[in-house]
Amino acid sequence: MNDLSELSAGEAAARVRRREISAVDLTRAALARIAAVDAQLGAFVTPSEVDALAAAEAIDRRVAAGQDPGPLAGVPVGVKDIICTAGLRTTAGSRILERFVPSYDATVTARLRQAGAVIVGKLNCDEFAMGSSTENSALGTTRNPWDRTRVPGGSSGGSAVAVAARECHVSLGTDTGGSVRLPAAFCGVAGLKPTYGRVSRYGVIAYASSLDQVGPLGREVADVAVVLQAIAGHDPADTTASPRAVPAYLAALEGTVRGLTLGLPREYFVEGMQPEVEAGVRVAVDQLERLGAKIEPVSLPHTEYAIATYYLIATAEASSNLARYDGVRYGLREPRPVLGEMYEATRAAGFGPEVKRRIMLGTYALSAGYYDAYYLKAQQVRTLIRMDFQKALETCDALVTPVAPTTAFRLGEKTADPLTMYLSDIFTISVNLAGLPALSVPCGFDRAGLPIGLQVIGRPFDEATVLRVGHAYEQSTDWHRRRPPL
Amino acid sequence: MAITRDEVRRVAALARLRLEPAEEERLTADLGHILEAFARLSTLDTSAVPPTAHVEEGRTAFRDDVAANPPASDALLANAPARDGRFFRVPKIIE
Repeated sequence: MNDLSELSAGEAAARVRRREISAVDLTRAALARIAAVDAQLGAFVTPSEVDALAAAEAIDRRVAAGQDPGPLAGVPVGVKDIICTAGLRTTAGSRILERFVPSYDATVTARLRQAGAVIVGKLNCDEFAMGSSTENSALGTTRNPWDRTRVPGGSSGGSAVAVAARECHVSLGTDTGGSVRLPAAFCGVAGLKPTYGRVSRYGVIAYASSLDQVGPLGREVADVAVVLQAIAGHDPADTTASPRAVPAYLAALEGTVRGLTLGLPREYFVEGMQPEVEAGVRVAVDQLERLGAKIEPVSLPHTEYAIATYYLIATAEASSNLARYDGVRYGLREPRPVLGEMYEATRAAGFGPEVKRRIMLGTYALSAGYYDAYYLKAQQVRTLIRMDFQKALETCDALVTPVAPTTAFRLGEKTADPLTMYLSDIFTISVNLAGLPALSVPCGFDRAGLPIGLQVIGRPFDEATVLRVGHAYEQSTDWHRRRPPL
Repeated sequence: MAITRDEVRRVAALARLRLEPAEEERLTADLGHILEAFARLSTLDTSAVPPTAHVEEGRTAFRDDVAANPPASDALLANAPARDGRFFRVPKIIE
């Protein structure tokens, strides 16, 4: 382990800006770390050494010329392989896009580059972000750095592993039902799902368009704040990207929770959850109370309907979004003499089992005769779930909950039964249905040495308070300083 | 069962997915289990609840219709599985 890989993103950029280290040195350190450990972990599906070094050299030239190199100057970042990177293969973890090279950058990619970040490669994920363990990737297995027989969580598994294993300083993931927060919790790093509309989705390969949101992962909450600052804000290319002003997130990290009321939803402590997770989260809540927060019990009564609601809405949207993969304009084609047969053969060969399952479920929920009973019903229950949060957040500044009912499970443990896998998302999916911001921050370890995550859920567009709570907690503990045994 | 094998075939045709017999069987079982578990939604009375299709605030944002992307047919066609000059090639559609 070299010291440069250990630096926070904020500290690394500060040193580059002060000319104490070069962007090239930082990037070489990250590439060396990837070369040393990634064969054991499988976080990266496409490293980008040549372009990364060229980008780092350009940053060093800016610094030498006295130009502002940006708030992420020279910082090695990894990008989930569902986010388009011009000239760099973007697969979405799918055979159907295995050779797809985007002709343009996603808005978040372009904003990272503008901020001075150096993209060192693309990170593995569940196919089209559909999964909770990264086991649905068609491009390889990603392993948890704390125990390589276990999953990293999903769908942004590579994004969490690369940050935890010091292969890059920060990363981008996407979160449709928990896909940033769950792997962050399983790998012991911080990860944020911003409010729906806070970050542009332009150039992000679509899974469920009313739920998808890009979010940063880092080893410290402050790094998450720096990356959010770089990527947030309106984008003329995405009509859902809000024109609201972006506040100064780093300035919001006051280091205190004094004066805040934090709600503790009773439905998020359920029978069947791993006792060490419940205990770890309750100890963290006590800690927040000692730090000056007022803790208030609240109820989110429709929580038990969230899994069904989410998996009907998300799959319905997915079945529509994935209709574009037809073998005509890009991606895999299975040649057939007749067009219709070409579509069917291409999709049969290109999509994996979970993607097919979700396309089928979504197509069924939208089909004549079932639309009202499933899709419309789920949209109505979505309203009830959203209203639960609105009510709780009238009196509370934020809510605190577990991220997941368990710590990282074993590879293969939940692949046989899709419903069991879906239950991993039980504490994260409601947040997407309600469109709220939520942070996962490390809050302890179980007896097997696996990280536990604390979730902080906020009001719409109040990422500042969510980050403030996570940061104040983090700074009062040393969980985030522990390193996986590699 | 909440869904029959015939329904699975019908839905697969709608989704333009060719399924092997083993996949049909597996999906009939999986979707059956999933739909049975999701039937709990029907226990909620939502007759007076409006649906939520999205959580965006306010109205759709409009912008001036100004072309921002220069034509770049070569860049776009670079990913084409089959091309002919400036065109995507596909099997004959009309006999």
